[in-house]
Amino acid sequence: MLTYIVRRILISIPTIVFVSIVVFGLQLLLPGDPALALAGEERDPAVIAELRRVYHLDEPIWKQYLIWVGNVLQGDLGESIRLKLPVGDLVTAKLPVTMQLASMAILIAICIGIPMGIISAVKKETPLDYAANVVALSGISVPSFWLGIMMILLFSVHLGWLPASGFVKPTESLSQNLQTMIMPAFVLSSVTTAIFMRHTRSAMLAVLRSDYVRTARAKGLREPRVIFRHALRNAIIPVVTLGAIQLGELMSGAVLTEQIFTIPGFGKLIVDAVFNRDYAVVQGVVLCTATGFIFLNLCADLIYFLVNPRMRG
Amino acid sequence: MKRVVLPLLALGLLTSAASAQTLRIGLAEDPDILDPTLARTFVGRIVFMGLCDKLLDIDKDLKLVPQLATEWSWSPDQKSVTFKIRPNVKFHDGEKLDAEAVRYSIDRHLNLQGSFRRSEINVVKAIDVVDPQTVKVSMDAPFSPLLAQFTDRAGMVLSPKAAKEAGPNFGAKPICSGPYKFVERVQQDRIVLEKFKEHWNAGAYGFERVTYLPIVDGTVRLANLRSGQLDMIERLQASDVAEVKKDARLKFVSQTGLGYTGITINVANSDRAKSNVLAKDKRIRQALELSLDRDAINQVVFNGEFRTGNQWVPPTNPWYVKSVPTPKRDVAKAKELLKAAGVTNPSFTLMVPTGNEAQQVSQVVQAMAKESGFDVKIQQVEFATSLQAAQKGDFEAFFIGWSGRVDPDGNLTSFIACDGGNNDGKFCNPQVTAALAETRSTSNFEQRALAYEKIAKVNADEMPRIYLYHATLFYAMNPKVDGFVAVPDGLIRLSGMKMN
Repeated sequence: MLTYIVRRILISIPTIVFVSIVVFGLQLLLPGDPALALAGEERDPAVIAELRRVYHLDEPIWKQYLIWVGNVLQGDLGESIRLKLPVGDLVTAKLPVTMQLASMAILIAICIGIPMGIISAVKKETPLDYAANVVALSGISVPSFWLGIMMILLFSVHLGWLPASGFVKPTESLSQNLQTMIMPAFVLSSVTTAIFMRHTRSAMLAVLRSDYVRTARAKGLREPRVIFRHALRNAIIPVVTLGAIQLGELMSGAVLTEQIFTIPGFGKLIVDAVFNRDYAVVQGVVLCTATGFIFLNLCADLIYFLVNPRMRG
Repeated sequence: MKRVVLPLLALGLLTSAASAQTLRIGLAEDPDILDPTLARTFVGRIVFMGLCDKLLDIDKDLKLVPQLATEWSWSPDQKSVTFKIRPNVKFHDGEKLDAEAVRYSIDRHLNLQGSFRRSEINVVKAIDVVDPQTVKVSMDAPFSPLLAQFTDRAGMVLSPKAAKEAGPNFGAKPICSGPYKFVERVQQDRIVLEKFKEHWNAGAYGFERVTYLPIVDGTVRLANLRSGQLDMIERLQASDVAEVKKDARLKFVSQTGLGYTGITINVANSDRAKSNVLAKDKRIRQALELSLDRDAINQVVFNGEFRTGNQWVPPTNPWYVKSVPTPKRDVAKAKELLKAAGVTNPSFTLMVPTGNEAQQVSQVVQAMAKESGFDVKIQQVEFATSLQAAQKGDFEAFFIGWSGRVDPDGNLTSFIACDGGNNDGKFCNPQVTAALAETRSTSNFEQRALAYEKIAKVNADEMPRIYLYHATLFYAMNPKVDGFVAVPDGLIRLSGMKMN
């Protein structure tokens, strides 16, 4: 077990290094002079020159990269040019917000998607199955910004049930926090719910056709026991892996949702940083997201390892 | 059921009573650092209106009015200006605001590393404390726009004690002397200010708290106002204006801004200018202008809500040169001018920063110019990239706007002076250079206006930039919000505002 974990962690290191190079390289490919973008409307040459000097923008690219990596290894992700705040502090402040949003979204997706998938598989080719498929297809095909705005108009403007946007920390007021987060979490979960539903359905259909399920039924076991104890346990394994990937996807999907609902998380931070050419923030956020993504996949592998006895053999 | 509903209703009543004391303003962006020296965004200036008092302010007619300086006077040679500082003013940390604090603040704006104020007031060569309530600011040469600079961030006075202690981190907890003091900021979520009871004019401010909430999406910002989450929003989208005007549950306020949008022509910047047909002959540029119907652009793209114009200030501005009015569209004359210039179907590329409105305007321009024989190719470029291309001279015509400054010098000099930092087309004219110097050398309105008239005439003839329109600033609010006066600089002044 320990060897397996150590090997997986070691494999992750070159991935993170590769990601750091790609992140750094890609944003340098962004057209436009960051110093010019940051200098304000006046475009004072003295200000532009100072920005280049202070943020090493006048150095060769490889040197800029080494300076950045050197600082990152010392725990310094740099300073936001726009906000004059350490990127580490921004990441620390924003990460829990996006994590909460993504976790709530995945919870909603699990609570809706998996039962829908089970029902859909068990009641195959019945109106229930068709309805579940329609819901799933809608979840995938409706753009989240549209769904978000429609939900705001319905639940905030017309019904007045929920705040249209904003964020309250759970430590300040848990109920207000949930009120502000429920709509964005639902919007964010729409695609994942549909994916969970589709995957659970197909996995369940495959398992329900297998010999051991037939045997279980032949033994006279009751249907719920067959479905939940025998079929679902096996069918859920690929869904666990998918869940980890989806959690990572949700972190990036939060970019749009946070923008619509004005949730001060990672997504909003990165969008603002990209438009303002705040390179240090972009690099820091993407590096943390990529590291988180790799970590989640590592966790999924470990869960897989625990859930599936064959892996331990 | 009753057990649940009654406490909820009571809670609702308490919440609305508390929120009546709080003004919640929806901002179109998240401000950058809240340090008047280091800040650079427009939206940040809105927040500073609550936090930091300035030496001077402007009213809705763009007249200078006292704020921290109660009086000011120019020296006879126009090289220095003396300010009398309001007595008995305190900073939020309880420190006294005096002439020394003013000297310190201007010096900080000039010398702090990374200052964005330096370029605004770099003409200042000395700041002398004459007595505890008097400061004299001196320059090497006359520069009349200086006073206007002190109506904005360069005129904001910071607590020297707090600024020295905080150093470059001052913006994390700014201490000024404004009507509201800083409470907290959650990046990208909210900025909360609380009434400063010891403010010299505290009675004029009706709210106990002001919360600024950045909500980037215009539709969501409006939805928040409609749902009662906000009391007021700035930069209402032009497309929502008609709907808001009809809605009895909302109040609409508008004001023509200080800025402009136009087409800058590359007349002499880099090799691209040499091949630019628009740079070959001023008659081709004049023909392009005559091809355009500014009112139609305004109607089509902005529902007629903006103001058209042909100068660097809108026709409502006291500095607008009335003797050079906006020409009417005249396609026949445009064709004649093209014929006289020896071209019939001039083709050029119009570089347009990405964005719906810019794209729509450029398409209307393209269609109108085509009727005179112009072949306009639209090149959509991301904003930061377009700025870089413009500076390098890698463009033929550039569709670009300017947010505007209180003094017309700020809308003109850097765009038209031979060495101007924003003169992307590298237009250079000795008559203009002389007139610009004249405008700066005197604070006399009539003399300055005469110099601007000369520049307006040159611009109308040489046409290095075709001014198209001036954006209108739109605000929407809860009808109970009273006392808001829209000023052309677009900032939300909290003085006199209250909830009815």
